[in-house]
Amino acid sequence: MSGYFEGVLVLLAINVVFAYGAYLPLAAGQLNLGIAGFAAVGAYGSAYLSDTFAIHPILAIPIGAMFAGLIALLVAVPVLRTRGIYLALATFAVGQIVRAAILNLEFLGGAAGYPVSAFVGLPVVLGFALAVIVVVMVLFATRFGIALRAVQDDERVADLMGVEVRGFQMAAFILGAAVAGIGGGLYAHHFSYIEAQYFNIGLSISIVLYVLLGGTQTAWGPLIGATVFTLLPELLRGSASLRYVVFAAGVIVLMALRPQGLLTRATIQRLFDWRNPPIPGVPMASGRGQ
Amino acid sequence: MIGQQIVNGVTLGSVYAMVAVALTLSIGVLNFLNFSIPGLFMIGGMTLWALLDAGIPWPFAVVGALVMAVAASLMVERFTWRWLRGAPHFVPLVSSMAFLLLFEHIAIAYWGSDMRVVPEAFSGGDWRIAGLVIGIPQLMGLLCSIALVAGLSWLLASTRTGRALRTIAEDPDTALLLGVDINRVVSVVFIVAGLFTALAGILFAINYRQVHPFMGEAVGLKGISAMIIGGMGNIWGSIVGGLIIGTTEVFAISYFGADFVDLAVFGLLLAILILRPTGLFRGMQPVRFGI
Repeated sequence: MSGYFEGVLVLLAINVVFAYGAYLPLAAGQLNLGIAGFAAVGAYGSAYLSDTFAIHPILAIPIGAMFAGLIALLVAVPVLRTRGIYLALATFAVGQIVRAAILNLEFLGGAAGYPVSAFVGLPVVLGFALAVIVVVMVLFATRFGIALRAVQDDERVADLMGVEVRGFQMAAFILGAAVAGIGGGLYAHHFSYIEAQYFNIGLSISIVLYVLLGGTQTAWGPLIGATVFTLLPELLRGSASLRYVVFAAGVIVLMALRPQGLLTRATIQRLFDWRNPPIPGVPMASGRGQ
Repeated sequence: MIGQQIVNGVTLGSVYAMVAVALTLSIGVLNFLNFSIPGLFMIGGMTLWALLDAGIPWPFAVVGALVMAVAASLMVERFTWRWLRGAPHFVPLVSSMAFLLLFEHIAIAYWGSDMRVVPEAFSGGDWRIAGLVIGIPQLMGLLCSIALVAGLSWLLASTRTGRALRTIAEDPDTALLLGVDINRVVSVVFIVAGLFTALAGILFAINYRQVHPFMGEAVGLKGISAMIIGGMGNIWGSIVGGLIIGTTEVFAISYFGADFVDLAVFGLLLAILILRPTGLFRGMQPVRFGI
């Protein structure tokens, strides 16, 4: 396998993990703009463990992810009191604070960055990505997934139907942060060097864009979105900035033509459930097509 | 020394304040967090540099930068608010984020990612009052922003367009029923956004004499903080918020070092969001940002 192809696959796997980290809260109707901050906690946490205590990366990465989940738990209580645009801004502030805190922590290298000596190769990265995909898919096939979907569709109705809205939102938020932490840990241990500047708002925005482009209605959306928008720019020869221009233009056009994202429940039903096709013009009930 | 810090903080704060006014107008009237505004800020600053670099005299370069930013802002309007009305609430937000990426990377493709130096606007133009050094560009910036905001609040309070905007802020459907030409009136929000933000970018370029494609991000993020502190949708609140953020930043730099600034500013933001999400002052519209 050529080095280039391997590099693209690693990038793809990490982007997919990040995308699921942003997807979990989005599936409960919450826009987390601080996802890069939680990825940073996972990256620095696992790198510190594997560096200082010589813990194997395969163990250090999940522990780092637990750190990210723990931070999310700490901020979830006050932050999830806010809603809508306030919530997006509060998570954005959390992400910025994490980045700023790392810049001020000397034992994490501050602004100079943090070299990571332990290394994980492509198989481990792919393994973790696959595990994340499977876990999220399974999770969304259970009561948890149905409840989240109900919350996303209409919070008030879900509440009336006896769904513990706040509990599910918190769980999705914390779980999403932990998944983003796994992505950060993989990034740190594959690229052997991390700096706080990488985990900036631009990263959060790109991750959220992957998910929204793929569509938030089904658990396949983030996979599709991250894959298409990681691979598509790679097909273009040219400078990195040109790729971003194409990516951004793609987002704008796609959002204008298909604001619900590439993959919707109706699409899946149309493609795979030929006995029970969606009726045009009739909004689909959440329970249909299962 | 503290006096000089305050002067510097107010200078920086007036830049943040203008960005915050553009953001707050968009939130207040359209309930739309316009993430392309940092990009418009960069367009203002970098176009100014590019035109000056091409040998175009100052007044024309300033006008050129403003026109460029307003044109870009109207393009954002076409693809965010106008096209996506009725779409899920986060969709215009996402498109405007994409516009930020688009603007930044077009700028890199054209001009490269280096820091560029803007020539000095007024040579030897510092006033020394009671030991304080006040630059003419600094003073001009502050006066400009106050005058513009006064103009904007007059527009909102006493003109037909302003009344239409306030109606849209209250309820877009009712505004439509009452015969408000929404598309035409909403353009005003985007023109103001382009104008204010680009002017902030130009002032930033004149005061700090450097521009680069990512110059909008840090300022835009602090503009967002200023907007929230002042109360979303409140124009004068944004000015106060901008000045608070500007002085906080300057004091944080001088007492704790540059790395501490973001911690202080965003910590303040988070605290306000949790303790008093409506900000210090009430906004233009009742809070209706539920999902």
